[in-house]
Amino acid sequence: MIEHIFEEKLALSDDILMRIEKPERYIGHEVNAVIKDKSRVAVRFAMCFPDVYEIGMSHLGIQILYDMFNSMEDVWCERVYSPWVDLDALMRREKIPLFALESQDPIKEFDFLGITIQYEMCYTNILQILDLAQLPLLASQRGEDCPIVIGGGPCTYNPEPLADFFDIFYIGEGETRYEELLSLYKNCRQQGFDRVEFLRRAAKIPGMYVPRFYDVEYNKDGTIKRFFPLEDDIPKTVIKEVVMDVTNTYYPTKPVVPFIKVIQDRVVLEIQRGCIRGCRFCQAGQLYRPVRERDVEMLKKYALEMLANTGYEEISLSSLSSSDYSKLPELIDFLIDACGRQHTNISLPSLRIDAFSLDVMRKVQDIKKSSLTFAPEAGSQRLRNVINKGLTEEEILKGASLAFEGGWTRVKLYFMLGLPTETLEDIRGIAELSNKIAATYFETVPKEQRGGNRCQIITSTSFFVPKPFTPFQWVRQCTKEEFLDKAYQTRTAISEQLNQKSIKYNWHEADASVLEGVLARGDRRLGQVIRKVYEKGCFYDAWGEYYKNDVWLQTIEECGLTVDFYTHRERSLDEILPWDFIDCGVTKEFLIREWEKAKKEETSENCRQKCQGCGVARFGGGICVEPQKRQRKD
Amino acid sequence: MRIRIKFRKYGSVRYIGHLDLMRFFQKAIRRAQIDVAYTSGFSPHQIMAFAAPLGVGMTSNGEYMDIEVHSIVSCENLMDKLNHASVPGIEVISVKILPEHTPNAMASVAAASYTVRFREGRAPQAELVGLLPSFLSREQILITKKTKKGSRELDLKKGIFHLEIPSPGVLSMLVDASSGGNIKPIHVVEAILAQNGETLQENALLITREDVYTNLGSEDHPRFISLGEIGSDM
Repeated sequence: MIEHIFEEKLALSDDILMRIEKPERYIGHEVNAVIKDKSRVAVRFAMCFPDVYEIGMSHLGIQILYDMFNSMEDVWCERVYSPWVDLDALMRREKIPLFALESQDPIKEFDFLGITIQYEMCYTNILQILDLAQLPLLASQRGEDCPIVIGGGPCTYNPEPLADFFDIFYIGEGETRYEELLSLYKNCRQQGFDRVEFLRRAAKIPGMYVPRFYDVEYNKDGTIKRFFPLEDDIPKTVIKEVVMDVTNTYYPTKPVVPFIKVIQDRVVLEIQRGCIRGCRFCQAGQLYRPVRERDVEMLKKYALEMLANTGYEEISLSSLSSSDYSKLPELIDFLIDACGRQHTNISLPSLRIDAFSLDVMRKVQDIKKSSLTFAPEAGSQRLRNVINKGLTEEEILKGASLAFEGGWTRVKLYFMLGLPTETLEDIRGIAELSNKIAATYFETVPKEQRGGNRCQIITSTSFFVPKPFTPFQWVRQCTKEEFLDKAYQTRTAISEQLNQKSIKYNWHEADASVLEGVLARGDRRLGQVIRKVYEKGCFYDAWGEYYKNDVWLQTIEECGLTVDFYTHRERSLDEILPWDFIDCGVTKEFLIREWEKAKKEETSENCRQKCQGCGVARFGGGICVEPQKRQRKD
Repeated sequence: MRIRIKFRKYGSVRYIGHLDLMRFFQKAIRRAQIDVAYTSGFSPHQIMAFAAPLGVGMTSNGEYMDIEVHSIVSCENLMDKLNHASVPGIEVISVKILPEHTPNAMASVAAASYTVRFREGRAPQAELVGLLPSFLSREQILITKKTKKGSRELDLKKGIFHLEIPSPGVLSMLVDASSGGNIKPIHVVEAILAQNGETLQENALLITREDVYTNLGSEDHPRFISLGEIGSDM
């Protein structure tokens, strides 16, 4: 127990804490929160997830970096999340500066404010953080006494819409370059260099993008004419950072345990990074290449330590596709054995449904309460070939049949609407596949065994948003009207099925998907839009009840920009894209090749079957150097 | 073997609600590697019972939780291990082994004692010491208590077992805390002030629960014994 923080220090008064929802979000002091003596550290780093505590605390990346920073003796990393709307209003009214949870000290006193940017709809929340921290929103207006605002996470692979607000973007995985960056920071301070000089030097560290040293020229049609560094020795491209050895690196053995129930209320064990599959709509599948597996012995050791240090009653394996982890059976056997003795539950998301996974799930879950999830993403084999989703109808029906035999009755199906080349026939395929799964239930389970139940098929569709660094980065996104039309067609098609009573259909809001499309492939000019909508009161856009579509549309127009330009337009392959200066490892040639194959409805083998020559092999690690499997194509 | 754990709650953790406190202890018990017993069934949970929920914002010097264990080294050892797995402000101060057939902590609760102070600048105009004799001599002290379904009348009189002002601005009380007749300290303070036509300012009270009691006497002749007095060290 840490005795020396007995003296209570809270940034918020009792009156405020008693008036707001869930005061526990703001008091810190959770188990495993790191407390240091601030007079004895050289760098104070505030790590932010710009959404509410329960979401932010569930994010693994921050936990890894928190552990990494705090393992550095002269650095103290603390956490900060978006105050919920109730506290937001009180902080503005009473001019309370945003504070970090551990020390409860104002963020503006820190050396760094690191913000992880996980989804486009949190952009206005970033401005809320800066604003409540009482920092200038624009990086160009921040003075010597302001923290360095640094962004990371998947959205930084197209950082341009946020370029005005950040001093640095860290492109790639945080494990590799922070030590170097912080050491540069300390040196610059010792030598009396100013903020701009530090940033100038930082821009030369691999992976660092410092937007103020770059400029953009546009063509008359609004496309980019030229993107260029403003000084001679500022790099023209920024190459993403990757940690090649994912076994001997930072991973938290003592993650912070929140008092309140958060989304991810369990130990999370990241078994591998990257994905071998290469689904063409999936940005993560491209960004996190190459696939790198953690050593199974390390995972066993960490699982036990993390459970012992947190007291969690559940452990979850995390990766983009857990079934592809080569030592999965060994790891699961170990966990079942170890956890069974400790009354610990095991949760296994992102498993492909087959005999092995069903057998495992039977051992670790209550079949009556759980449902099975398939993500065919598209309704027809043709369209699944276009998106390179290597899941056939036969596999799905076989998996469903095995599951029904095993006692499961609830099946969740995930699809996307608005994928490139989609036709009415593909949409009908969603309904037909749902129907066939229901039919499989009736064929598999004899009437006397159904106990009066029927199966429940929950079919959900989301709207496709083209993302940078995917083979679909050039395509036109559907309009809201087209999306809603497609959802209507899906619903109609489902209602025409024989087993329609067993199928429940959910679809998403279309407005936010279109805006997400705008921001995902946006350029620097969108910075003014984000600032203006924020000033008009927009934030928590990711929360449907706070999302103000009208304000966004109107502001885009006020700024002389159009939604059509950013998302409802097919880009030509030779257009300079706002994110072209970033090298995420995957080459443009590869993405073009994949796009051409998509149009021809041709699939590509996964990384384990055959190398597709995507370009990340030059990083010299992960699956690209597993010798026996390597067959370079190009 | 059933174990009664007495703990204090103070400092910033006073904002942790009851359910979250239970979740906290479930994890703390696992971190402390206490040989706790679980219920059977597909989703087993620790066998655990709390005496009386403490309101968010209140501190306490006497909270109770019963757990069932398969084995312990000693009461002191269990206390040390739990404190080591805890956070500042949640502090175990005694551990006792309960005799067989002792009703669990929750079922036992009959009364609770509180110390109530006023926040700076929020003390009432009235002199409390002066109001107390007439307040205590009333036959009935009816108040309207807000419930989920509306409101109902409640007579505080028979639920106030002891009330005094040990020093200016401080109230000390022993009141009913049973599930049927629970009295909140704020109700008592409001009722005293109401005699003078005064209402309490918002968030005016600083409340500490001092202890929780069971009744080993009868309803008419209660004999209140602290929950912490029951049981023995190993």
